[in-house]
Parts: sequence; C-alpha cells; structure tokens
Amino acid sequence: MAADGGMGFATKRREDVRFLTGRGKYTDDYSPANTTYCAFARSTVANGTIKSIDVSVAEEMPGVVAVFTGEDFVEVGGNPAGWAIVSRDGDPMKEPKRPVLAHGKVRHVGDAYAAVIAESLAEAMDAVEAIEADIEELDAVVNMADALANNDVLVHDEIGTNQCFDWGWIEDNRAATDEAIKNAPHVTTLELVNNRLVPNAMEPRCSIGEYDPGTGDYKLTTTSQNPHLTRLLISAFVMGIPENKLTVHAPDVGGGFGSKIYHYGEEALVLAAAKKLGRPVKWTSTRTEAFLSDAHGRDHVTKIELACEKDGTFIAFRTETMANVGAYLSNFSTATPTFLHGTLMAGNYTVPNVYVNVKAVFTNTAPVDAYRGAGRPEATFSLERVIDKAARELGINPVEIRRKNFVKPDQYPFASAAGLEYDSGNYDALMDGLEKHADLAGFEARAAESAKNGKLRGLGVNSYIEACGIAPSNLVGVLGSRVGLYDAATVRVNATGNISVMVGAHSHGQGHETAFPQVVADMLGVDPMSVEIVHGDTSKIPFGMGTYGSRSLAVCGSAVYRATEKIIKKATLIAAHMMEDSAENVDFADGEFSVKGTNKKVGFGEVALKAYIPHDFPIEDIEPGLEETAFYDPANFTYPSGAYACEVEVDPDTGKVDICSMVAMDDFGNVVNPMIVTGQVQGGLAQGIGQALLEHGVYDENGQLLSGSLMDYAMPRADDFPNLVVDHSYATECTHNPIGVKGCGEAGAIGSPPTVVNAVVDALQRGGHDVEHIDMPVSPARVWEAMNG
Amino acid sequence: MPTVTMNINGRQMSANVENRTLLVAALREDLNLTGTHVGCDTSQCGACLVHVNGKAVKSCTMLAVEADGADVETIEGQANADGSLNVIQQAFQDHHGLQCGFCTPGMVMSAAALLKENPKPTEAEIRNHLEGNICRCTGYQGIVNAIMAASGQSVAMAAE
Ligand code: FES
Ligand code: FES
Repeated sequence: MAADGGMGFATKRREDVRFLTGRGKYTDDYSPANTTYCAFARSTVANGTIKSIDVSVAEEMPGVVAVFTGEDFVEVGGNPAGWAIVSRDGDPMKEPKRPVLAHGKVRHVGDAYAAVIAESLAEAMDAVEAIEADIEELDAVVNMADALANNDVLVHDEIGTNQCFDWGWIEDNRAATDEAIKNAPHVTTLELVNNRLVPNAMEPRCSIGEYDPGTGDYKLTTTSQNPHLTRLLISAFVMGIPENKLTVHAPDVGGGFGSKIYHYGEEALVLAAAKKLGRPVKWTSTRTEAFLSDAHGRDHVTKIELACEKDGTFIAFRTETMANVGAYLSNFSTATPTFLHGTLMAGNYTVPNVYVNVKAVFTNTAPVDAYRGAGRPEATFSLERVIDKAARELGINPVEIRRKNFVKPDQYPFASAAGLEYDSGNYDALMDGLEKHADLAGFEARAAESAKNGKLRGLGVNSYIEACGIAPSNLVGVLGSRVGLYDAATVRVNATGNISVMVGAHSHGQGHETAFPQVVADMLGVDPMSVEIVHGDTSKIPFGMGTYGSRSLAVCGSAVYRATEKIIKKATLIAAHMMEDSAENVDFADGEFSVKGTNKKVGFGEVALKAYIPHDFPIEDIEPGLEETAFYDPANFTYPSGAYACEVEVDPDTGKVDICSMVAMDDFGNVVNPMIVTGQVQGGLAQGIGQALLEHGVYDENGQLLSGSLMDYAMPRADDFPNLVVDHSYATECTHNPIGVKGCGEAGAIGSPPTVVNAVVDALQRGGHDVEHIDMPVSPARVWEAMNG
Repeated sequence: MPTVTMNINGRQMSANVENRTLLVAALREDLNLTGTHVGCDTSQCGACLVHVNGKAVKSCTMLAVEADGADVETIEGQANADGSLNVIQQAFQDHHGLQCGFCTPGMVMSAAALLKENPKPTEAEIRNHLEGNICRCTGYQGIVNAIMAASGQSVAMAAE
C-alpha cells in the first residue's frame, strides 16, 4: 500500500529548498583553504604541430606557482574509450591515445596544451597569455566525407586513416536486407543530417584537485554524472592512483545531459598539480572553453532507405551513416553511434529486415559523445522522417502508415529486426491518446484559421521507442563494453529508525533525493522524509555506474528496491525473535510486523533499535545491525515509447517557424513521481525542439567553431515555446525490473525533432511547395530557401 | 586594492577587490555569497542576476567598484524573515520550476524584478521577460507556471 508521499505521488522536491535559497553547493562553490587556480592554454588552430612551448616567461609571472605541458604527462596513460567496436572486416576500431595535455600535435581548436597554476585566477589567465607556443598550423579536416575520401590530412598520423571503424548491424542480415530492397514494390530514400549540438549544461565544468601528503590521499571534487566511473578511469587507465587513495566527489551538479559522464583531462591535471604543489588546485571552465572542450552531441550524416509494399507495409530499413567522433575518442563515443543507434533502427515496427552501417570518422573538431538520447534520437529521426516521406509518396495518412506497422500488444516479447527484445508496450494505445489529446481531427479547421492569417500550418506526428538502462552486463560485454552496467545501493536503517540510502546514481536535476525515498517509504511504510539519499561521493556510496541513459530509476532504483527487500527480510527475523515466533508466521505491512492470527505486533522503528542494541539477540542466527547492499544488473533494456504531435505555423514571407502546440504521450511504465517525470519530458522536449529549430554547432573548413558562444549558438529561450503538453498516464509495466519502470529522461529529446520537422515539411507541402526535407536546425533562412530556392 | 562597501541583503559588507573584479566575482569569491552563479562569459545566461539599487542587473556585466555604496539583493536574501520560502520561491517549488537549480537564483531574481514592475503579467509577457535567462533543464514550462502562480494567477496547464 502506498504510504502518503510514496509511489505515484507528485511530491514536491526537497532539494529545491536549498537551490531556491542560494544554498546549493556546486563544485565552483567550494574553495578549500589555500586553493590555487588553474587556467589552460588552448589551441587556436584545428590541426598543428607543436614545435616548442616556452613557458619561461609565464613561470616568472606574478602569482604563478607551476606550469604544465604535455611533456609532463607522456608517462601517464590515455583516457580510454569505454566500448570496443569491431569493424565489418573483423578489425578492431582505431584507438589513438588521448593524452591529458596535447603532446606533439594539437587536434582541434580548444585542445589544451599547457596549464598554469597561480595564486589567483586572474594571474593564471595572465600567465597563459605569456606562454610562447610555436605551433605550426596544418590543414584541417572537418568534413566527414572528405576525411574518409582521402588521407592527405590525418587527425592521427599513427593510425594512417581517419576512419575509426566501419560497423555493420546486423552483418548477417545485410544480404537479406539488400535483396528485400531490390525486390520491393516501393523504396523511399532520404539523406539527412543530424546536426551537431553543444550540450551547454548551465553549470560549466569545474574540478578541484586536493592531495594530502600525510596520508597520500587524493580528492577530486568535480562536475560528474558518475563519480565512480571517473575514479575508475583515473585510477585504472590515466593516472594509476590507487582507487582506494582517490575520492571523487560530485556535489550539486548543474545539469549534465551526457556531457559530464566523461572523464576529461582537466580532472587529471588538477590532481597531478595538487600532488606536485601540495595545495588544492581549482579549474572552472568558462562558457567559451565549454563550447570548445565539452563533448558535443549528434553530428551524423545518414542515407536511409525504406522499402515497403504499396499498402505501406514495411519490408526493410537500410541506413548508411557517417558519425563524427571528433578529434579524440571520448569515453562513450564509440557506443553512441553503434549499439545505442543501430539497435533502435526497427523503431516501433514489425519490419522484418534492418541493416545499419556506421562509419565513425575522426575530424579536427571537439570530441563528440552521448548527449541526451545518445544514438536513439539519431535513429528515431532517420526512421520517422523517411516514414513520413514514404507515407506522402504512397498517399497514406502518416498516422495510418505507422499504425499499420506497429508491433501489436499481443506480440510481446517482440524480437525486433535490429536485435532487441521489446518486453512491453502498446503503441496503438499511445496513438489513440495522441489523436484525442492533440485533437488531430480538428487540425484542418486550425489550418484554415492559420491560412486566414497568411500562415502555413503543418502537422507532424511521430512515434518512437527507445532503449534505456542499457544492460545486462553479460550482453554488453559480448558487444564490446568495457564496463558493467549494473547499479548499486546500500540501505542503512539507523538505530533511531531513520534511513540513509547510498546510491550509485547521481542526481543533477533529476530529483533523486525526493523520488528514491518515495520507493523506500512505500516498501517500508515509513514517512518518506525519514529517508535520506546519499549520492555523489565515492567514499560514501557503493560502486554504481552513475546517471545517464535514463537509467537511474530503472537500474539504481531497482538496486534500492532489492536492498530494501533484504532489509525487510532481516527485520522480519528480528521481529520474529522479538515476538517469540518464527519468521514464517510474521507479516509486514504499513511499517508493522505482526504474528499471523494474533494481536502481537512490533513497529519498524522498534526493530531498528533492537538491531543495534542486540542485548538478547540470538547472535549465532542473526547479525546485529540493519544495513543491506544490492547490486542490480537488469535482465534487459527497458523500452519506453511514445507518440508525439506538433503543429507549426510557417510565415511564408520570412520562413520563420512557430511551434503552435507540442503534445507528448509517453509510456514510461510505472511512475514514481509524476511531477518530476513531467518536468523531465518538458526539458527533453525543449532540447529536441532546440535541435530542430535553433541549435547548431558549426565549424568552418579550417576547424574554427563559428557558433562558439551563447551569442552565436541559439540556445532555446522561454519565448521559443508554447505550453508543452505532456501525458504519461498510459503505462505498460516493464516486465523485468521490480518497480516496473522504464525511464523518462531522454524521451522528449528523442521524440520531438522528427515531429517538428515533419510538421514543417507538412506545412510547406500544404502551401504548395514541393519540399521533401529540410535539415535541422530548420532556421528561417533554410525554410525560406526551401520555399523559394 | 580598492575597498567596496555594499549593503547586501540588508547588511553592510566590504571587500578588497581589484579594479577589474566583476561584481559577481566579489560576491562569490570575496563575500562567499555563492548562490549567485556564473553560467557564461558573454552576459547571455542570467545565472548571475541580482538587484542593484532595486534594478535587475547581470552581475557579470558590472564591476564591483561600480557597486560601491549600492544596495544589492541576492538570492540569499530572498526568503521570508522566518527563513521560509517567499512567494516566488514557494511557487517555484510547487510548480517544479527548477531541476538542477543552477539557473534558479537568476530566475527567481528575474521573476521578482518582473513582478515588481508588472504584478499580473500574461504568459507571453513572462516568456518575453525571461529572454535574458537561460534554463537548460526545464523547458521553461515549470518556471512560467511558477511565475503565473506567484502573481496569483491560475496556471493554465497544471504541470502535474
Ligand atoms: S554569467 Fe552573467 S549573464 Fe551569464
Ligand atoms: S534548472 Fe538546470 S538550468 Fe535551469
């Protein structure tokens, strides 16, 4: 039974109080005594040979205490990729070393080649200016097709190619897919670009290194979504600091969206500098540095073919994609365009043939890695755009063509042609809800109204499926993952009956401090406010994999659930002892243990106290204490799905697109806190609409980032959006995790971009323009060009 | 180094700063008022928004020495005297107007400035006013709802 404030309640977030009163503690808010400040010298050219770096003047500048260059790190390891991909020909992917500081060559604008540590930030920045670096500029390679077509310019000379891998999924299906397409009555082809995005979490990255010469202990306070993973990377690969001598603490973190999953060289540098100086060393990214050095997202160029019957029945999807990985492999950069993308390429559909080819390409640009959705937005965009085009060519309503091919409720578990096993869902039910909620039937009337005002109105629909909580570890291991993808939780019932829950997930906006206690309180029948979540500090929490890929509740929440089950089991033994009966006869409900058929009871709090004051305990049978840990490794991914609708108005004179409405119907399985889930979807929608209409990380042919500041990179603002309508009341439970949850963090960013572009193309078509596709961002200039070009 | 003295949230506070020190740096580094945040270096994001002599100011655009003698209000001074959340702060919590919390101090200060000038703004006026404040987390829906609610207006679409 749900305790008040338990599962399903829109409980207000407890963490809000500190954020609303200015008492949040983000990394940059920490300044340990005696802190020194770090600033980086970064390359202004995209490709260059480092001839020499003269730091002698900088070293003598006021306040400067140390200067580091790549020379200082030649002995330490490289920052590795977390997923090994094998090419179609059996070759392993190319993995050039990613050093802490550039050495020998700089490979993208913003590549750091030296660092100054000084008494103040201003002094450090002044000294950076005084570093004399002789860097010979070389031609840069920015365009992926160019990078693959010739080897005149190589990002990494030592690998002899700019191709990281050439991956086929599923290679055994290739011939059948080719054959199906050759013989199909209708084939729709579309070439599209999934635009490069800059994550722009509002809190820039920040890292503080500390070293205690007395104990030899290191501490890294850093903006991370996964402190244990960061510690593992630093210890096992980069610095060789023993794991038990390094604490990584990610305190309040101001958004991540993927960009703070990864270990970055700045973290290693502040640790090395702290050791050398015996003083804390702090680096805070400027927004400019963030644009140049945070891992970017997306950046795919794709050709997709959809083969179908004349009645719209899908026969095959085939794609060829070039995926930009930038100048170095960031930690998940190789998983994102492959297993998080290719495996989703059957969408919500019963299509029998799917083949995906992805070539990952090095370029002289910032590294590209997972950004909210990570591979799944790219898959959804390709599928849902080509489906719309096919519907138009075949004269079938876009809703109907999707319904015709949906996996039906009685087909689960459903083995998709792209290699996943969907466990639950009901795509027709979501589409039914969408038709109602978005009043699709009333569209024509609204379009007529818009026409009266001289506007072209368009309607776009979309359905998506995504895969969250990637797992299980044994499967991902076979597929090339170098890490496991479980999570962990420790539930500690304190003697006074309140509860601390140490979790491997990390909250940087997701509201774990409120939502996880709802799960525990529900199970134990206690007040949720008596449950505290501890996260973000490797010295306090069990080894969990952190927060990304909409995994926190499905994976870590399940670990919390399992650990709480163990607590109930042990507490039942203690209660049985207290009531002098056997455990089999003891029931637990609403926070009370009782002996069946009697009026004997004992409260959860009394049991907790007894666990720690075990004066009359049968010590041989029951250990003192009430604390349990669970590691949870899911049996499968979870599969959230949704149906989205967007209406736009296009101004035919200017090409400007206004979003009139956006409706998202999502199936997330069970929902713990509907308020938080709604907020997660709205935030995702805003990022997806931002991708569709506004945002673009643009490099010129010399590798200069043209949209390198918030003045040039169009971040969505409040007046870019209408009210975002979100409904997640329809749910099919996840069948394999104990809470029945699926994950909601990325859905909005996955489902919305094709919905918006479908709507814009629809508007133009209705306006008599023969426009089949417009690449994102669908800016006024591009729309105008499409209409008039 | 010049000394600046400001009345911050009703208290006299002084700091020795360089001529080039920005107000936001003086608040954060010298006076340990870290509730005001820095989200950019081009005066675009609004995370640093405070009130100076009653007017909304991006504290990254002003030198600390320019604020000498000024009345400054920051997020740390917004709660009610008994420490409870003020109307705007409470509305942000009630309507899920924040996620990671990083933009939040600037949003709350910006909302306060709006409601002082325009006690019953329309939704469009709110969205327009927030032009200078970027939030990457919420899609702004919860923020708009919170400001509607804080101004005593019904929230059209309950962010349930
Ligand atoms: S820090 Fe002042 S506007 Fe961004
Ligand atoms: S709540 Fe995270 S940036 Fe606004």
